[in-house]
Amino acid sequence: MRRVISAIVLNEHGVLSRIAGLFSGRGYNIDSLTVAPVPDSEFSRVSIVTSGDERVFEQIVKQLHKLIPTYKVIDSGEYVEKEMVLVKISLNEDFSGLDAILKSYNGSVANANENYIIVMACDNASRIDCFIKVMKKYNPIQIVRSGSVMMEV
Amino acid sequence: MKRLNGSQMISEALKHEGVEFVFGYPGGAALNIYDETYKQNYFTHILTRHEQAAVHAADGYARASGKVGVAFVTSGPGFTNAVTGLATAYADSIPLVLISGQVALPLIGTDAFQEIDAVGISRPCVKHNFLVKTIDELPRILKEAFYIARSGRPGPVHVDVPKDVTAAIGDFVYPDEIKMQTYKPTTKGHPNQIKKACEAISKSKKPILYLGGGAINSNASDEIRKFAATAKIPAVLTLMALGVLRSDDELNLGMVGMHGSYAANMALSESDLIICLGARFDDRVTGKLSEFGKNAKVIHVDIDPSSIGKIVNAEYPIVGDLKNVMIELNDKIDIKDDIFKPWRDQIEIYKKLHPLGYKDSDEVLKPQWVVQNIAKITGEDAIIATDVGQHQMWVAQFYPFNEPRHLLTSGGLGTMGYGLPSAVGAAWASDKPVIAVSGDGGFLMNIQELMTLVANKKRVINIILNNNFLGMVRQWQTFFYEERYSNTDLSIQPNFVKICEGFGGVGFSVKTKDEFKAALKKALELDTVSVIEVKIDRFENVLPMVPAGAAIYNMILE
Repeated sequence: MRRVISAIVLNEHGVLSRIAGLFSGRGYNIDSLTVAPVPDSEFSRVSIVTSGDERVFEQIVKQLHKLIPTYKVIDSGEYVEKEMVLVKISLNEDFSGLDAILKSYNGSVANANENYIIVMACDNASRIDCFIKVMKKYNPIQIVRSGSVMMEV
Repeated sequence: MKRLNGSQMISEALKHEGVEFVFGYPGGAALNIYDETYKQNYFTHILTRHEQAAVHAADGYARASGKVGVAFVTSGPGFTNAVTGLATAYADSIPLVLISGQVALPLIGTDAFQEIDAVGISRPCVKHNFLVKTIDELPRILKEAFYIARSGRPGPVHVDVPKDVTAAIGDFVYPDEIKMQTYKPTTKGHPNQIKKACEAISKSKKPILYLGGGAINSNASDEIRKFAATAKIPAVLTLMALGVLRSDDELNLGMVGMHGSYAANMALSESDLIICLGARFDDRVTGKLSEFGKNAKVIHVDIDPSSIGKIVNAEYPIVGDLKNVMIELNDKIDIKDDIFKPWRDQIEIYKKLHPLGYKDSDEVLKPQWVVQNIAKITGEDAIIATDVGQHQMWVAQFYPFNEPRHLLTSGGLGTMGYGLPSAVGAAWASDKPVIAVSGDGGFLMNIQELMTLVANKKRVINIILNNNFLGMVRQWQTFFYEERYSNTDLSIQPNFVKICEGFGGVGFSVKTKDEFKAALKKALELDTVSVIEVKIDRFENVLPMVPAGAAIYNMILE
């Protein structure tokens, strides 16, 4: 089962490695992992998308909490979850319908040059999956996903 | 405010923490630390002959004394040698602080001579680790290292200190208090949960205490003895808990698990309420999980929340320091009459049905007899360190441990080569006789530590139960691999007596009961290290045995 967790951890040397090592050492899955400092604090916020049954999930939460730099683990309640994707498309493609697609996925054109354009979309992970599927018709050269960020509501 | 260099800060911190002994091995990146170690008179440094042994010695010291063990090593290979020691201590939740030298900060990341990503390597085998990047943070980090090592679920903490930080000068203010926003172990059990646990015990018909190493780590032995005696609940002990109850306590059913007693395994299997105190449902205890305690509810007391519910669901989870929780439980428990008598009577039948035993012989020495006679000759009051394997299980089964901190053994990681160096640590922790019991395989793994003992005129008696085999692996090959003894036959052997003599100690080789008794009595009179090589029955097996993956009630009894 897909799960999302946020952890507030001290923004210190090696903390991301501790988290990644916890997952790899214990055989848990990481579907995506995003980290950035929490503004005006000494903490970073880690957003993790993982999968597993109830028991595995409980252990992930407990083991995350056991890490010395962990301040808080947020694992319940409702989230707003957003992920970003960048898609590079050759200018030789036929762009008909692209505007409408971008509009429906909070998307826009992020960059363009004489060879290609880069479009972006920002939405929840399952809709990003759909967006990528739709974009396949433009024969993308490259696709980069950001991983999810979450905020509890 | 004192202005000190990093090495002086380390010495001062150790003084503040009350450290008396440090086990270690010097090298280039640790030179400044060692120079200060030479100058100071706060603690005694004991030079081991290998970094792995330095950490095992600190670990053995910690187990025997209840204090934090401390070790110093240098960077690169000095540190990598120490990793097995860290992992051993981590697996058994032993408080120790390892301070390793690191190449100077500008050299980190350049593949410099004797550089290794020490904190990267130690991360999965320590409770926490630090790379010190500035002199300003060194006092705080040292304070936190000791605090983290000994508080909560204890464990090893590694502090990696670059050489230029050990030389840099800064203000030394050693914090009196710890202010860690992110680390606040829960030490008091939740009152409601304790109340519910008491009710569950009162309602149960077949409760069993399942005691683990946490009982020793939290010094909860007295409270557990009181609780067991008041409620008259029988107890099974893990390898790590031996000594928490007296061996002759009639409630003590002995060790549980793969080589546990018949009574312990049956009682745990038939119980309707498992009261797990500081244990973690290790696979060597539970056997086949789906068959484990099938009819039992579980009260699980542990200071580490992640241990609760990890293997076995607990209906009554209690997070807290076991000693505190036991004080509360003793206060709240209200058992009227001897309601568990029928249950104890049932267990009494199990005890009589298959007691621990062995077929003694006058032709060849039996290891069980040797272990029993170590106890007799030392008055059951020696500190016993073991390696890992058959001899370890014979010690666990046949040595009557009556007090905590008398058995030093690598339970979680199962580290061969642990016995002798941990005995080295114990020799500085206790005035009692220290006896290391090893097999012929494990003894060779850290044999160089005989030198540490000889150099310091410390008496440790090393008893090698020599069956010319890697005995436990050979036993598995006998039972499960149709006697294909692949690489376990150690028939070609060194002369252990001469080796010990070569180090400057005294050696004995014995083949008979009388020779053994005489050798041990003589060794106890010596003021130096000795080896007693005991030629034992080559094909003796450790029984009972639960085959890996089988239910613990399905024991091979003979």
